[in-house]
Amino acid sequence: MTILAVSRLRSGYGRIPILAGVTLGVGEGEIVGILGHNGMGKTTLLRTLMGYLPATDGSVQFDGRDITRLSPTARARLGIGYVPQGREIFATLSVAENLRMGCLRQPDADQTIAAILQDFPRLTRLLDRMGGALSGGEQQLLALARCLCGAPRLILLDEPTEGIQPSIIEEIIETLLAVRRRRPVTIVLVEQNLNFIAALSNRILILQKGEVTREIPPEVARDRTMIDEFVGMA
Amino acid sequence: MKIDPRWAGFLVMVALGLLLMFGLPQVLDLFGLVQMTVFVAMAMFALSQGFLWGYGGIMSFGQAAFFGLGGYAYAIAVINLGDSTLPVVIAVAVPVVFAALLGYFMFYGRISDAYIGVITLTVSVILFELVNSTSGDAYHIGAAQLGGFNGIPGVPPLNMPGDSSSPLDPGQMWYAAVGSLIMVYIVLRAILASRFGRVVVAIRENETRAMLIGYDPRFYKLLTFMIAAGVAGLAGCLFTNWGGFISPTVFSLTMSAQVIIFVLVGGLGTLLGPMIGAVGIEYLITIAGSQHLVDANLGLGIVLVAFVLLVPQGVVPLIRDKVLPFAKLVPRQSKPIPTGAEVPR
Repeated sequence: MTILAVSRLRSGYGRIPILAGVTLGVGEGEIVGILGHNGMGKTTLLRTLMGYLPATDGSVQFDGRDITRLSPTARARLGIGYVPQGREIFATLSVAENLRMGCLRQPDADQTIAAILQDFPRLTRLLDRMGGALSGGEQQLLALARCLCGAPRLILLDEPTEGIQPSIIEEIIETLLAVRRRRPVTIVLVEQNLNFIAALSNRILILQKGEVTREIPPEVARDRTMIDEFVGMA
Repeated sequence: MKIDPRWAGFLVMVALGLLLMFGLPQVLDLFGLVQMTVFVAMAMFALSQGFLWGYGGIMSFGQAAFFGLGGYAYAIAVINLGDSTLPVVIAVAVPVVFAALLGYFMFYGRISDAYIGVITLTVSVILFELVNSTSGDAYHIGAAQLGGFNGIPGVPPLNMPGDSSSPLDPGQMWYAAVGSLIMVYIVLRAILASRFGRVVVAIRENETRAMLIGYDPRFYKLLTFMIAAGVAGLAGCLFTNWGGFISPTVFSLTMSAQVIIFVLVGGLGTLLGPMIGAVGIEYLITIAGSQHLVDANLGLGIVLVAFVLLVPQGVVPLIRDKVLPFAKLVPRQSKPIPTGAEVPR
């Protein structure tokens, strides 16, 4: 079943068009990677799917419902989680408070957080620490955990490995795989780290000049020659 | 039993408040107590600005508008009704309703922070000019003559709830004022400790982030604005009671600027700081006004500039973050590393 259907989506910043008619579909439970050069519209696509940037044309359907004109708040309440680039956590709130902020509609926040922390053991011993005092990798884990606290059905994940040390990247991969095993969550993952995107994705879409130009299986992402040919970014 | 340091601090503050409430009448004469009562009204006014700015991240340059509306609403209502019970409620309700209308257009109209400052300042100036131009017999609401620049004299004081024949004397007014301040402090602390309070602080930290996880910043900002307006209105009511008089100067730029200075000196991002700032500065103003060596405003200005340069974070954060940890009375806290994502406070 398709949970996200995007049709001829256009968007941009002011008068500068970035997305030039993106069409894609994501099945429930899938992890779909989006690969592309800098400036090709990967982050713009996620921001438009979340409603943070208005679509200038086309449509976005989530779970059969047209959400093209809905606000980001309304989309979040429908079950779309967004972990943006730059691991934006609440720097002056503690880890525990950050997680509570994510429990928007959860009747028992403590129970929800305890369940989420099973997949994030590193955060368990940091609960009282300020969000801004965490390392980059820990902040990324916190951003992911906070997103999961809202029990999203679809997660939009924007470059989670950006500026993160390799040892934590492995931990993020393991965590995401564990999350997938425990929960029926769908993920749209924008990433430039080829190993990361290949390890997690069921299929990968290539985004070039604001359009999806090709779909490749994850094995191809590990083949740098092929990626060089398709995307020119290996 | 281990008590959370934040709650321990809260309990200490409430205990100190009660100690002052019952202790000061034992050591001050009536004149001193009356003077302290107006300091308490100004402390509550500062509390409203401190809550709005320090926790809600909303910079209002016209908080005096709500202070004045509360004062005028009380004066007009009590002159017409006689009994002060309902007028106190009206003094809170009028600023809250006004803030709801103004805030709706500001926050749902997605006005930027800078323009919110400009709009609130303008509203305060408009109210000043409006009330200022109500001289003459034609301008009255029921039995209450608005009086233009001369204001409304002879405003009946608070009375025992439901009994207009038992007005409070200045000593009882002190207990009513401090009791109200302690209650408001407790309510604001409870709000900040609630889920609503956490969201308000999160929105101050990063509005976009809060919106993207499903919270509507417009709604939370509007409620914060209304709560602060209600507190300012109650402060205006106490202020009017103190002198039995109100004039358009309550809407003046001086009032709006003064309350910002109270918060800055006492400490932004705390509830205690604005109250201490208000009492300290009001006390300095009183001292400066009673000496003839230097111009009072000049002296006060120098003190304020020195404060901003030497103690930019304010008195209470300085004591909390530097003095108490140095004296090993409270543990040092881990500082957040700036992520560049915070909304300026």
